[in-house]
Amino acid sequence: MKAEKQPSSSAARAALDRLGDAAEYVIIPASALVGSLVLFGIFVALFNNNPLDLYFYMYQGAFGTWFSWQNTLTRSAPLILTALCTALPAQLGMVIIGGEGALLVGALAATAAALAMPSAPPFVVQIAMALAGFASGGLWIALAGGLRHYRGVNETISSLLLVYIALAILNQLVEGPMRDPTSLNKPSTREIGAANMIGTIPGTDIHWGFAFGIVAAALAYVLIYHTVFGFAARIAGGNVRAAKVVGLSVGPLILVTCFLAGGAAGLAGMVEVAAVQGRTNANLAVGYGFTGILVSFLARHNPLALIPVAILVGGIGASGGLLQRRLGLPDASVFVLQGIIFVTVLMSETLYGRFRLLARKAA
Amino acid sequence: MPFERVSRRRVLQGTATVAFAGALPTRAMAKDTVVGFIYVGSRDDYGYNQAHAQGAAALKKLTGIKVVEEEKVPETNAVEKTMESMINLDGATLIFPTSFGYYSPQMIRMATKYPKLRFEHCGGLWTDKDPKNAGSYFGYIDEAQHVSGIVAGYTTKTGKLGFVAAKPIPQVLRNINAFTMGAKLANPNVALQVIFTGDWSMPVKEAEATNSLIDQGADIITCHVDGPKTVVENASRRGAMVCGYHVNQATLAPKAYLTGAEWNWESLYPRFVKMFTAGETIPNFYRGGLKEGLVKVSPYGSLVSEAARKHADDIKAKLTAGSYVIFKGPIIDNKGKTVIAPGVARGQTDPELEKMDYLVSGVVGATS
Repeated sequence: MKAEKQPSSSAARAALDRLGDAAEYVIIPASALVGSLVLFGIFVALFNNNPLDLYFYMYQGAFGTWFSWQNTLTRSAPLILTALCTALPAQLGMVIIGGEGALLVGALAATAAALAMPSAPPFVVQIAMALAGFASGGLWIALAGGLRHYRGVNETISSLLLVYIALAILNQLVEGPMRDPTSLNKPSTREIGAANMIGTIPGTDIHWGFAFGIVAAALAYVLIYHTVFGFAARIAGGNVRAAKVVGLSVGPLILVTCFLAGGAAGLAGMVEVAAVQGRTNANLAVGYGFTGILVSFLARHNPLALIPVAILVGGIGASGGLLQRRLGLPDASVFVLQGIIFVTVLMSETLYGRFRLLARKAA
Repeated sequence: MPFERVSRRRVLQGTATVAFAGALPTRAMAKDTVVGFIYVGSRDDYGYNQAHAQGAAALKKLTGIKVVEEEKVPETNAVEKTMESMINLDGATLIFPTSFGYYSPQMIRMATKYPKLRFEHCGGLWTDKDPKNAGSYFGYIDEAQHVSGIVAGYTTKTGKLGFVAAKPIPQVLRNINAFTMGAKLANPNVALQVIFTGDWSMPVKEAEATNSLIDQGADIITCHVDGPKTVVENASRRGAMVCGYHVNQATLAPKAYLTGAEWNWESLYPRFVKMFTAGETIPNFYRGGLKEGLVKVSPYGSLVSEAARKHADDIKAKLTAGSYVIFKGPIIDNKGKTVIAPGVARGQTDPELEKMDYLVSGVVGATS
């Protein structure tokens, strides 16, 4: 009897362990979030504001109405894609922080693609824009990956520096060869045309970038956790030497992962052009790429977790306006909250594995 | 605040999503006209945004007007969401998105979506094709720059002036040229060196440019960037004099501040809002200078001589009367080309001035 029960009880234990692990991944970040909201409430109370008002307005501005939801989701749309730019290479143990550069390059390439085919049907133009945005953003980050693999250049530094190069190229082209001569006081490229805009998800005013982000995050999840490629990438991320010893070709892994990562950010740039701005100009460089880094770290680089975290960060942004208008808080207060959340969540990382309550009971 | 308490309880009950209509404190409590202001930078930047915030502050003194403000809103769809948030959550019926990059497509899109509300944009070029409930206004601040230039021309000892500019776009070039031409009225041999920083708010580059201009002998510095604080403080610390821009920066450099070209939105906004509440139509396209009270010249500092004051006041009076044209031929650019022929007078409304792409003779620097 005992011999028979042993495997099933150990299976049950394993299942409970997994449940305990899963619960940890929900409970710890959630407590960190609540903790940071309490800290922010204290901070706001120091400036003679009622924290309850604060929480109410934050809720109202981010999730309190259908309009607020749309506001939140629209803001989160580019963040899912730019966060992937950090999350994918993170599986390989690389810290890429240059999503902003890939976004700008992607936006430029997408605009150039649309302007190069003025008489093509909109659907063809949109596909071409997406491909151009994805490929150019991908190559941009693959450059950082290649420098790391072949030349030993630190990918964090190089990807960051590539942001400034991308910005310089964008400014040069927008104020020079690609400038629309009628854009006098705001140098911009010509417009891609209303017909080529990708519009919003029907019934909402959330643009399609949000759907792209969800699909991309889901695909990334499958790629990382349910394919041989993803398994190999995680092995290499754990220990490059071990990966090489077992015969994994690390170079292609790095290049392909960086290409996909940059491609996601490039796609975010394409969406900004095709769904929001309708052309390329300096307006595109507003830091979506940098906020994406925050999202990726908060989500512990898990592609699926990027979605709720991006929505949370989008919601903080959406409620920021209401905090300014109702409580007279300065714009910087939103950054204070983001900073508190970031630090609290990173600190909470040390708590994993310390509260195995569920698992202990089972044992 | 009974409304808030009720709505907070609803939030706890988790039904607030659908029950929002009852939870609008501002809309439900007051019949005030709610006016929204949106700024691209911070509203205490001693510059472009502060000028608008001063205009908004003037509205707060009016009865029946409630002002809601949001700062540091980027020129993306974030500004659309801010406008909608002001409309949906604050009940705003008149909105001033004050940055140039808010006009198209964002404000046009919102004006189309909310045809009953009014949108007033600073700097845009409204045309017949744009929605009728949208409008654009701007001031001919080059008139104030011209007067400021006269003061600088009289006051400089080295004969060298410095100009820290953001981008070589028509608006900026027009200010540089008007300032230089003013200075040359006072001193025909004056030279103005310009440095373009490349963007609207680059404090580090602005400080470097200021230092470099002073190193090259300029003893009066002026600028056209979003927040002149860095330039003004650095220049006065280095012992140079300054002419301000956007708002009065005399408090930053009480001794070194000579005068400056300022916006006068605190005069325009109450006029617009009174038209709006009276049910009159605000003009869709509105422009004006000293005469219309859209711009003004800062009070002269203690270093400004009597002769300078007299000449500057004289030109200011003529501009206010509308009997003086700044861009009157012959005007030669700094490459020797005649850009406005003799006998041609380009008044402020001349569309050619909106396309300005040259620097007049006397300016050291290049547009590209």
